[in-house]
Amino acid sequence: MKNHVFIIGGGVAGCEAASQLSKMGFEVTLAEKEPVLGGKLNHWDRLFPSKRKADEVTGILSKNLEGSKLRLMMNTEITRVQKQNGGYTITAGSEEIMADAILIATGYETFDARIKEEYGYGIYENVITSVELEQRFKNGNKILTSKGEEPKRIGFVHCVGSRDEKVGNHYCSQVCCVTAVKQAMEVKEILPRSEVFCFYMDLRMFGLQFEDLYRESQEKWGVNFIRGRVSEAAENIDGTILIKVEDTLAGRPLKMKVDLLVLMVGFVPSPGTHNIGKLLDIEFTPENFLKPADEHLDTHSTNLPGVFVAGTCKSPKTIADTFADARAAALKVKEYLDMKNN
Amino acid sequence: MINEGKKIVWSQYQKNIANDHYFYIRSCIRQNLWPGSETTFLKIVRNELGKDVIEDANHTTCTGIGYHTDLVPLETTMTVVARLFALMTERGYDNMISSCITSFGIITEILETWKEFPETEAKTREYLKKATGREFKIPRNLAHASDIIYKFRKEIGEKGSRKLVNVKTGEKLKVVEHIGCHYSKMFPHKGVGGAEFPYVLIGMIEDWGGEVVDYPERRHCCGFGFRQYLVKANRGFSIACTKKKFESMEPFKPDFIITNCPGCNYFLDRWQYVLSEMEGRTFAEDENGIPVLTYEETAGLIMGYDPWDLGLQMHQVGVEPLLKKLGVEFDPQKKYLDKNGNSLGVPEKPSVLNFC
Repeated sequence: MKNHVFIIGGGVAGCEAASQLSKMGFEVTLAEKEPVLGGKLNHWDRLFPSKRKADEVTGILSKNLEGSKLRLMMNTEITRVQKQNGGYTITAGSEEIMADAILIATGYETFDARIKEEYGYGIYENVITSVELEQRFKNGNKILTSKGEEPKRIGFVHCVGSRDEKVGNHYCSQVCCVTAVKQAMEVKEILPRSEVFCFYMDLRMFGLQFEDLYRESQEKWGVNFIRGRVSEAAENIDGTILIKVEDTLAGRPLKMKVDLLVLMVGFVPSPGTHNIGKLLDIEFTPENFLKPADEHLDTHSTNLPGVFVAGTCKSPKTIADTFADARAAALKVKEYLDMKNN
Repeated sequence: MINEGKKIVWSQYQKNIANDHYFYIRSCIRQNLWPGSETTFLKIVRNELGKDVIEDANHTTCTGIGYHTDLVPLETTMTVVARLFALMTERGYDNMISSCITSFGIITEILETWKEFPETEAKTREYLKKATGREFKIPRNLAHASDIIYKFRKEIGEKGSRKLVNVKTGEKLKVVEHIGCHYSKMFPHKGVGGAEFPYVLIGMIEDWGGEVVDYPERRHCCGFGFRQYLVKANRGFSIACTKKKFESMEPFKPDFIITNCPGCNYFLDRWQYVLSEMEGRTFAEDENGIPVLTYEETAGLIMGYDPWDLGLQMHQVGVEPLLKKLGVEFDPQKKYLDKNGNSLGVPEKPSVLNFC
């Protein structure tokens, strides 16, 4: 009899792991609380560094699943998990399902920018998040201010909800710097006459070609980078946004008016990640992500035998790293089940 | 501006404000600057709202100005504040109200320090006992006086005879609010509405029929900032701060300003005169300046009290244009007369700012 693997979460990590485990010959069930697979990637237009369409990647994810004999459970929430007979009984929707192993891929949520009250998100009409800007790109909407005018000056605020002790998130979200560079270039592509400013603490261009993007953004597109954290935003009488920032390279405070302010929101653990961690009694990291068994040697097992983690439920990751992590998690699950069977 | 977004923020910063039986501590400077404000507060709370509020003639400064200028060490400040607690305890009260924002900030800071470092509380108790023989209980509830007016703003509005409306046009008056740094910037959860979008004064303005002006430099310092003014060499910086605020609010054409803090009221009022003398300009139409009132004075106007009993003649910027908008009847001849009809003296006429 085939071993049964139950995967929670149908984003990039969940889908890729499901595809791999299915290819390995396991019986796989994939539960997703939303009506569609793909997770946050569905909201993205183009991906760094190549500006490849996100739809292309979600298409490949779906295609990989097509040939698999896995069971998909959409619109399904997990409400109970019980250890039973060396495996687990999972209450998924109205069903009780037995599994030999569980792989958690419940992903991340973007930081709620309203918590950074000083930026006025949700109050000032021309303050938006990087997610909302990406949706405008994806939907082919024009980049306009709340008054329907083309913005002449756009500011990007890096590290909103990341590396920020004030909101309790000390960690770097990894992808926001390069996303800001990508989005800044895309804005210049659409609005070539606009001025674009990125306000950063330091730029963490760790991936191959990321540094090239940073250079291209300046040399080809004229994006301005100002090293300094925006301290506050306020709304002018005409709806434009007044920002205050310290230019730490020039060593002086700076006050600037922008027509549109984009907040680069970081990663936080998703509610699903929090809930499943509590439900199963999995250990959390100090940052409230799910804690793997070993930070170097085993980043997929958890404190519970037969329960594994993949993707951004355990830390912020790029799409490429999430794919790689999901495949590695699938191998770890296989290793566990092979040992169990022998 | 999306008001619904502000409401979400406000909902996260609501504080418990005691309902009755208050021990009131006055400000060092307010009685000189705006002598009607504290009297009006007591009159409203006692006579209009029927609450029990007492004060003690033995109460002293909280040392706030000395503390923030590094003249008074923290241990001394804690002991002096502990003595205020002892006076309250001896009178059998445990709900403290502070008239001054800096006192409110000082007391809040001390209470939070004692929570984090209990040994400092123990030391303070020892110092107070040695120096005065007194003991004290920590207040069960600490409120700034504006919290009390905020809590009962609807009752004041209902009892009052006036709204913040221009009686000639029927339009809501545009009001700038300034809460003062020590109200909630240090401890956002200790103030109604938090630090970034404080609600304590907005609640009053909205419930009394006015319209709030949210201008870009709303959060900026009034110009006091202690060292900016108290160190004479820094006064240029002080007035530059205030000027920045006025230039920012000017396009919104506010009818008046409500403040929460003694220093803020002083600087937003007095520096308008100084700026007019220095630069030959004001920030309101017809060289009238923008009147600056305390929340108690505003509440007094809502209640229909006589403006000269409220002490509005003590403001540098003339309040008469505002009184006319509100439909307040007043006798200009009595402006500079005391309660017995004696002259208080008439200030020198400014060269630019209108003098009513």
